[in-house]
Amino acid sequence: MSLSTPIARVRGLGAAREGVEHFKWVRITAIGNVALALWFVWSMVSLSGADHAALTAWLGGTVNATLMVLLVVSTFAHAKMGCQVIIEDYVHHIGMKVASLTVLNLAVYAFATAAVVAILKVALSG
Amino acid sequence: MSAQRPMPLSPHVSIYRWPITMVLSISHRVTGAALAVGLVMLTVWLVAMASGPEAFAVVDGVVRSWFGALVLFGYTAFLFLHMGNGIRHLAWDIGLGFEKDTARRTAMMVIGFAVGATLLTWLVLLLSARG
Repeated sequence: MSLSTPIARVRGLGAAREGVEHFKWVRITAIGNVALALWFVWSMVSLSGADHAALTAWLGGTVNATLMVLLVVSTFAHAKMGCQVIIEDYVHHIGMKVASLTVLNLAVYAFATAAVVAILKVALSG
Repeated sequence: MSAQRPMPLSPHVSIYRWPITMVLSISHRVTGAALAVGLVMLTVWLVAMASGPEAFAVVDGVVRSWFGALVLFGYTAFLFLHMGNGIRHLAWDIGLGFEKDTARRTAMMVIGFAVGATLLTWLVLLLSARG
């Protein structure tokens, strides 16, 4: 018998085996992504004819590098949670589901890290 | 229970006129999955940029080809559709816009936003490329 209150159970592992963290972070990253994606599209349009030197100079700026790292972290986090929901909805075999979610997690962390390292390399070598 | 009238069947997509709200619901998921794949391309672009001018020239060549432009145009549209519908979802999260007519109207607004923003982005892009 558990002595914890219903709210304590919801905050911990509820019936869905999680609290509201997933729902909450999808929304937080979504709001961030709107601003960051609009900035990125605007940046790419204004850099449309830029060569390698011009692009690295742009990414070498402290503000641009910061926003780019934020974009990568926020969009990858949002994509990871979205793809997780898609897998959970359509992959019913428990083994396949666990395998898919594991591959998703490893891929997201690998690509997000590679992207952040690339940004920092350009930003710090300029 | 007489079997004179057949039981109503759940809508089958092939004979069912898709409501606009249903179209947006499905496309939100499809565009979201596509944009996730796009993040891999963004990573390739960034890593190539960090690797130097030679590596970047290869990726840049693909980006600037007609195929690259087509893919980027599609991604611009997908991004704005997902963004517009995401904002619609955020409104639902705080309890706004659940009425049938409102949901239908906001769905049309999202499509209008996606088309308008995509065309505006590429119009500015093409005009600035000309000089």
